[in-house]
Amino acid sequence: MSINSLLIRAFLAGGTASCVIFAAIALPGEARVTIDNFSFKLPVLTIHAGTTVSWENDDDIAHTVVATDGTFRSAALDSEDKFSFTFDKPGTFDYFCSLHPRMQGQIVVTP
Amino acid sequence: MAEDEKDGVNRRGALECMLWAGTGVLWTVSGGVPRSSMLGISEANAAASGFTFLQISDSHIGFNKPANPNVLATLDEAIVKIGALPQKPAFMIHTGDITHLSKPAEFDDADQAIGKAKLQTFYVPGEHDIIDEQQGKAYLERYGKRVQAKGTGWYSFDQNGVHFVGLVNVADLKGGGMGSLGTEQLAWLADDLKGKSASTPVVLFAHIPLWTVSADWGWGTEDSTQALGLVKRFGSVTVLNGHIHQVMQKVEGAVTFHTARSTAFPQPAPGTAPSPGPMKVPDDKLRSVLGIASVVVKPGTQPLAITDNALGAG
Repeated sequence: MSINSLLIRAFLAGGTASCVIFAAIALPGEARVTIDNFSFKLPVLTIHAGTTVSWENDDDIAHTVVATDGTFRSAALDSEDKFSFTFDKPGTFDYFCSLHPRMQGQIVVTP
Repeated sequence: MAEDEKDGVNRRGALECMLWAGTGVLWTVSGGVPRSSMLGISEANAAASGFTFLQISDSHIGFNKPANPNVLATLDEAIVKIGALPQKPAFMIHTGDITHLSKPAEFDDADQAIGKAKLQTFYVPGEHDIIDEQQGKAYLERYGKRVQAKGTGWYSFDQNGVHFVGLVNVADLKGGGMGSLGTEQLAWLADDLKGKSASTPVVLFAHIPLWTVSADWGWGTEDSTQALGLVKRFGSVTVLNGHIHQVMQKVEGAVTFHTARSTAFPQPAPGTAPSPGPMKVPDDKLRSVLGIASVVVKPGTQPLAITDNALGAG
């Protein structure tokens, strides 16, 4: 095996590895919560700080996503509308739908 | 004693009412007891007594999903029916969810349609009417100012000796809770009722039911007990609500609770579906679902007899 082919193999292996690393970094950066049947699917979601969470309304009726402590508040989300928020700091964030306050969820942000 | 109880019910609550619930309920106040009538069928009964007023609810202008892709058309139909009444009602109340998303164009469309009835209309907001960016400012400017509403939109007025109170139980709701009136509004209500004699008939109207229809679905008002405590001394109290898009009625002592149907789309009865979302029925059945409900309380009959009657082709 020539040095060249070893280098190419190493490069390819490294390339693959960096792809994997890239994916591993990218995935925790985003998370998704769907709203369906008057409930937040994933009622408790644990993420790392810096993650952007997006909510999508899959119901036939409007909903909102409102943090109990006022950290975030979406506009009214009609069917298929989305709302995103990036959680920069660790903590526990309770939220609910201000139209249907029985709908509740929680985002747990770890460092 | 049983006879006395019967008499008590007769005197206070003997309420023989036919509800035409799909697009409007015609209320007649006769001897302090509001009665509701089925539009198009028993106007003659209504015309025979004092003054009448109408209740419509949950027009949800802006909603366009399969449960009813044309909510403006069904609201128009309701208004046409109201306009055809032989005796013109004194006014109309709208128990909220005028619009679906609180957009100016939705309010405009609703106003235009409802305006065709040429009736003074008193509103209370539904939760869908206060989801503009400023959380209710658009509603208050449009409907609150003209009745000198306080707070998030509550107010009262008198008509032919009946005291009407419009309450707001959709503002500043808390996660996990139901509807809420809040301490400021309750204090105002106590003050508002203070000077009224116990013989004054009282009508409370608000969007979310002031009794717990379904806690699981949030169909109730957290602090309604306090509001009802304030009207306890009155001999005739009628509570009119919307929100649940179906007729429910109950009588508790001198208090009659009633929810009107929507002009837009039906919602399931509590416990019959996984969620209270809009209920899709076959197109040719929509108006029948929004159709007639008759609620009859006959002298000596304790439980209410509620009968739903199809409106027909509509």
